Amino acid sequence: MEPTNIAAPEYFHKVVDCQWACPAHTPVPEYIRLIAAGRYTDAYMVNWKSNVFPGILGRTCDRPCEPACRRGRVEKEPVAICRLKRVAADNKQDIHNRLPVIPAQKNGKKIALIGAGPASLTVARDLAPLGYEIVMFDGDPKPGGMMRSQIPRFRLPEAVTDEECGYILDMGIETRFGTRINSLKQLLSEGFDAIFVGSGAPRGRELELPGRKEAGANIHIGIDWLSSVSFGHIDKIGKRVIVLGGGNTAMDCCRTSRRLGGESVKVIVRSGFEEMKASPWEKDDAMHEDIPILNMLVPTEFLHKNGKLTGVSFEKVKAVYDAKGKRSLVPTGEPNEIHECDDVLVAVGQENAFPWIERDIGMQFDRWDMPVVDETTFQSTIPTVFFGGDAAFGPKNIIWAVAHGQQAAISIDMFCQGEDVKKRPPPDVAIISQKMGIHEWSYDNDISNDLRYRVPHQEKALALADVRLEVELGFDKKIGYAEAERCLNCDVQTVFAPNLCIECDACVDICPMDCITFTPNAPEDELRLELKAPAKNRTQDIYVSSELKTGRIMAKDEDVCLHCGLCAERCPTGAWDMQKFLLDLTLAGPACHSK
Amino acid sequence: MTYIPKPKLHHPDLPKNKLGFTHRDYEGSVSTLCAGCGHDSISAAIIQACFELDLPPHRIAKMSGIGCSSKTPDYFLGNSHGFNSVHGRMPSVLTGANLANKDLIYLGVSGDGDSASIGFGQFAHSIRRGVNMVYIVENNGVYGLTKGQFSATSDKGSKSKYGALNSDSAIDMVAMALQLGATYVARGFSGDKEQLVPLIKAAINHHGAAFIDCLSPCVAFNNHIGSTKSFDYVREHNESVNKLDMMVDHDPIVADYAPGTMELVTQHDGSVLRLRKLAPHYDPNDRIAAMSYLGERAAQGEIVTGLLYVDPQGEDLHDYCNTIDKPLNELGTADLVPGQAALDKLNEDLR
Repeated sequence: MEPTNIAAPEYFHKVVDCQWACPAHTPVPEYIRLIAAGRYTDAYMVNWKSNVFPGILGRTCDRPCEPACRRGRVEKEPVAICRLKRVAADNKQDIHNRLPVIPAQKNGKKIALIGAGPASLTVARDLAPLGYEIVMFDGDPKPGGMMRSQIPRFRLPEAVTDEECGYILDMGIETRFGTRINSLKQLLSEGFDAIFVGSGAPRGRELELPGRKEAGANIHIGIDWLSSVSFGHIDKIGKRVIVLGGGNTAMDCCRTSRRLGGESVKVIVRSGFEEMKASPWEKDDAMHEDIPILNMLVPTEFLHKNGKLTGVSFEKVKAVYDAKGKRSLVPTGEPNEIHECDDVLVAVGQENAFPWIERDIGMQFDRWDMPVVDETTFQSTIPTVFFGGDAAFGPKNIIWAVAHGQQAAISIDMFCQGEDVKKRPPPDVAIISQKMGIHEWSYDNDISNDLRYRVPHQEKALALADVRLEVELGFDKKIGYAEAERCLNCDVQTVFAPNLCIECDACVDICPMDCITFTPNAPEDELRLELKAPAKNRTQDIYVSSELKTGRIMAKDEDVCLHCGLCAERCPTGAWDMQKFLLDLTLAGPACHSK
Repeated sequence: MTYIPKPKLHHPDLPKNKLGFTHRDYEGSVSTLCAGCGHDSISAAIIQACFELDLPPHRIAKMSGIGCSSKTPDYFLGNSHGFNSVHGRMPSVLTGANLANKDLIYLGVSGDGDSASIGFGQFAHSIRRGVNMVYIVENNGVYGLTKGQFSATSDKGSKSKYGALNSDSAIDMVAMALQLGATYVARGFSGDKEQLVPLIKAAINHHGAAFIDCLSPCVAFNNHIGSTKSFDYVREHNESVNKLDMMVDHDPIVADYAPGTMELVTQHDGSVLRLRKLAPHYDPNDRIAAMSYLGERAAQGEIVTGLLYVDPQGEDLHDYCNTIDKPLNELGTADLVPGQAALDKLNEDLR
């Protein structure tokens, strides 16, 4: 193998699995260390810079970081990264004096943001401090978009949404809430320098089955129903409820139903339990609230009597796999299963819809009738119009919306300053030795043996009685500290200097994970098998040194390294050093400009 | 040394031996020696050897004296028996323990100070008596604990860290062991575990006095230019006479070597040593030839390593003393105090 190029920022960035997996590339270990140190406000601000909504995301994030977490590969479960974020948010002090100063002198550019959801709010946060004049439109009366309308209050208290949207709106954003944009053509003529479309994926998918019309009074589209609950228009539901669909919206629907009078609430999905789109923890939470999840049942008909819904008929199916492993659902031939109910909530997906964008204004649409949007710049085919969040490439989640918003803000800023939007700014990278003494490091390298802590929950009877009572209570400071200590500090990198190595084997002997091998060089496939412990995880790199004095190389499998620094402590010559690799995404601003 | 204990977490795909242990289960507490000390590599080699031999840790007794090397038994085999004796007296304590309980595997760990100076006589007698043990000298040629004075194994003419030249003749521990009648004699290097681990394994399976001289550079006081025990010097002057594989289960022998380059030695316990010859005419069964070969190469400034001599049918102290099969410490009062009638009979026999 060729010696690893550790100067390329991607190499060490990839080692920080959580940060690599986060769409917004939040420096996770950095803020977890701050939490462990009790510096909650600092931890919050690291998050706020990267992901804008730490309090909201600390409760609702889809957490792509956690499946990626190295801790999950060395013991049973990953660090509870998401819940630690909430610890920072819950315990921080007033942050107003840390927020960017908004210049009184504006830069003369005016930007329209369509929608007041996470993507638009992110664009506003990144552009307002640069002197842009921002006008934000939303059909709803309050900001937050789906964070406010679709996520139930028992998962996300309204006060948290108000607070974190407030930090942004207080930057002098002009809001036109309650104003739905019905014509892009009209808006284009109003003299904005750029328009950002962050209108989400607002349309819940329909389920056109026999009986849909006749029983329509008791069949509701999930996201619309959640929104009505959210804004207080609906406060009860029938005793027997069926939720159709297996995503997170379905989980929110069923758990909300339990709180609005639903006594027998069932989730019924077409495919298998394992293939459901809902996050595993959301399924657990639903089942904990006595909601059964029935699978392999395809709805065929809404049953009704005298114009009133009486139940749903389901065809039983089984999964059949063809030679290529492709799955299809095939009827078992058994008689249909009837589930009686008073109400049905349909949560079978949502989609983008742009009836308000005229097709004759020069915007190119693709074959699914979606606007063509550049995946890097988020620019549409009308140069002044940018997209982000669910509106750009279909439904994802909040953290993706934030990531889109940051990139779109960069593009809008560059566009307005006459720069080429295709020239993306490189990230800000720093790598600093953590050595403080012979065996002292500026991070805690003593690995905790604790298993993942459970988040305490509100008592079930109380939780089910109030749709606004938050279920998860969050970690207190003590558990927060203990959970933070589970973090392996993967951003503190093992950096090897081949010219200093005397090949004494000390690092090989002390490494608790058998990560390090001194061996003759070989092609990667062979090398992976010849290491002290076989390196089977191909998604993780092998760190290879240049040739050493004996003709061998040092090969380190990054996969399960604990970053405990023992290799560096045992090294007599300082050939190993522990260096913190800090990568910060560049946000909109002067760093993006060539002039 | 390190200030934190080695984390308990280990690689998820770590192999297990027949007892269900990983090599991590044979570790001891974390080493307090200097970072990079050769002794720590020897500890790791002992851990690996015991793991590969599927040894139950509670059947091993590790004995040591005083010195950097003699501290190491704390750093391996944390679940084995151990005795840290006074300076140079490890061989006597080991001999006593072995006499009392012949069923344990005895691992004597010592250094060049402990064995070639203060304990030289003890070393000599334990070897000539053929105590069934593995005697490892972790040989770095200096007194590391007292800041690097020359030890008795320092070569004449070698230079200390502070520039002084050694004027005394060196004791060659391997030559001594051969002279004194050790039935298994090897030399290894802490920087070459591929060679060292099989040497330790074969020594453990050897019946009789097995002696290993292991060169172990002292990174703090004897790893400089002018030293003959530094990593660089040993690597440059290492002449390995053979490559050893140890087979416990009589694995099929793969004959992938040219005829005459491979030698099989069956030890007392049935284990087979497979020796691949690196020095064509070297015969590890010929003690006298081994002694003269070592002398020749030493005169050329070379350090001969590998399995230097083995008498596969070696005998031990218990054989010489004709002791009973049962370990003496298991004998009860009835065995040890058989009564007046037995005494009378004995007296009668001696009349």
